[in-house]
Amino acid sequence: MDLSSINAASLIASLMVASTPILLAALGEMVVEKAGVLNLGVEGMMIAGAVCGFVIAVETGSPLAGFAFAAFGGAVLSLLFGVLTQYLLSNQVATGLGLTLFGLGLSALLGQGYVGQKAPPIARLDIPVLSDLPFVGPVLFSHDVMLYLSLAMVAGVAWWLKNARGGLILRSVGENHDAAHALGYKVVRIRLMAIMFGGACAGLGGAYLSLVRVPTWVEGMTAGAGWIALAIVVFASWKAGRVLLGAYLFGGITVLQLNLQAAGAKLPVVVLDSSPFVITIVVLVVMSSARNRAALAAPASLGRPFHASG
Amino acid sequence: MKLTKLLATAAMTLGLATGAFADGHEKTKVGFVYVGPIGDGGWTFEHNEGRLAVEEAFGDKVETIYQENVPEGADAERVMTQMALGGADLIFTTSFGYMDPTINVAAKFPNVKFEHATGYKRADNVSTYSARFYEGRAVQGHIAGKMTKTNVIGYIASFPIPEVIRGINAAYIHAQKVNPDVEFKIIWAYTWFDPAKEADAAKALIEQGADVILQHTDSTAPQAAAEQAGGVVTFGQASDMAEYAPFPRVSSIIDNWAPYYVARTQAVMDGTWESVDTWDGIPTGMVKIGEITDAVPAEVKAEALGMVEAMRTGAYHPFTGPLKKQDGSDWLAEGEVADDGTLAGMAFYVEGLTGEIPQ
Repeated sequence: MDLSSINAASLIASLMVASTPILLAALGEMVVEKAGVLNLGVEGMMIAGAVCGFVIAVETGSPLAGFAFAAFGGAVLSLLFGVLTQYLLSNQVATGLGLTLFGLGLSALLGQGYVGQKAPPIARLDIPVLSDLPFVGPVLFSHDVMLYLSLAMVAGVAWWLKNARGGLILRSVGENHDAAHALGYKVVRIRLMAIMFGGACAGLGGAYLSLVRVPTWVEGMTAGAGWIALAIVVFASWKAGRVLLGAYLFGGITVLQLNLQAAGAKLPVVVLDSSPFVITIVVLVVMSSARNRAALAAPASLGRPFHASG
Repeated sequence: MKLTKLLATAAMTLGLATGAFADGHEKTKVGFVYVGPIGDGGWTFEHNEGRLAVEEAFGDKVETIYQENVPEGADAERVMTQMALGGADLIFTTSFGYMDPTINVAAKFPNVKFEHATGYKRADNVSTYSARFYEGRAVQGHIAGKMTKTNVIGYIASFPIPEVIRGINAAYIHAQKVNPDVEFKIIWAYTWFDPAKEADAAKALIEQGADVILQHTDSTAPQAAAEQAGGVVTFGQASDMAEYAPFPRVSSIIDNWAPYYVARTQAVMDGTWESVDTWDGIPTGMVKIGEITDAVPAEVKAEALGMVEAMRTGAYHPFTGPLKKQDGSDWLAEGEVADDGTLAGMAFYVEGLTGEIPQ
């Protein structure tokens, strides 16, 4: 084994890039679930974002316009889910699964003619001196703007849910929608906004795949990333900080195991290949079990339909 | 009572339906089971091109159906069963992992013909077919050995099955022949199709010094990753991937299934279909070498084309002795050529490759 061939700085830099799509999608889904809605359509919204972002970035030549439209596309698709589940009271699980299938099909249709095209490169942070520092430069100061935005969003969402009035209202809707309704909060409207935020985040995550991580459009390119984001939300016990930890652990170990393989590590490949799943779950479960049970609990109204008459 | 009546009606309808099929319906129905999406730009894309060629060749006389993204395993059996119940006369199952499901389903539908790609299990109504991709790998290995400056070649492998191991060996033998210092770094992705993972694997290999990437996974993601990194040579896999020419993609292996699919459909129509084992390569055109671009030095290109021609006429076999296995034991003596049986079940590396094949 020749571990010296692994460069720690570029390893960390690439694990951050590899983790960002899942981080964005999981963060959005966490807010949705905090509002008491279970949207299983993350995969569909991600792939829709991936194709929307790619098409717009190719047409306009601007990756940022691509990201903006990806967020819009994801939000529009999630609105479909929102209207069906919040106004027409359809089953959330079935509607979410349907949204995934719909997103995969729709993206394949929209992406025809864009297969194999090249995405315009996204600008990277380049601060004189700082970006050139050994180790710290590539790890902290040479990423694209979306990666920094994703980290800022984690901090922002964590703070907002805990301290802001809006965050408290959102959580109250997720914990007990009848009580929130009795207090005069518009449960359905709040949930719709949360659903659209989740859709926009999933769209951004998908676009990060097609514009930065891969970067190209390939049909079905999310290949299950949306489901991993959903799992991370649960194992992170609905906490933004742990969503970040979970996403980075998963992405990090994925990249690390590929590097270990390339370096010729004397570990069974089957063990290496399954390690991202195993280690992420074990770490997050151990962390959750150390706390009291209240911290573990899912939002009490998660997945329950709400109607003002009920 | 109602339920039993319903079931009885359903069973009768089904019976009538199958009866109608047995009478010889007008259109020949051909099913295709795909492991990835048809827009993957690689493996599944080329199988679908073959399907379209069948439609074009027979027009109204044929009806094709297909299912994308079918996981290798129990789901595949369900999909094949549905196709057979839906009246398919001929079903192509286009991935190695469909081998056992194909055999299982074929046993239940003796009147339906099955064709399984890249496997080795046959039955009276199951043929197997594959292409000698290793011939193309030999050409890639030659070009890779000549073009690498770091002497590190990255290889994104999918699953440790004979087809993939053959490709690694063929590429390594020919890279090493022209460049004795060459080293192969191999990553097993354990997937045929996951663009993000394929791109990550390519990046890991590039970060560890590889300046040529060979891939045995299906999407164009490694090409995109190599292009982004700059200065890294790639080869199109399964499909031409010409979008990335002239650089990083300098050549490609193209799977050309269309003539085979048309011929087998014709055989079903004529009633001459028999269970066969087909393994064709460059000589019949089932394996094609995509254009070698000008990024490759002219003399290397000429040598590569010479190899292609020698394989086409049968003058050269990529596995020609003297060759040793990884453990140093003798495999092929001077001038000896590997037999198809050994190649079909290949589960060892040749001498010089490092690392172990995952079990």
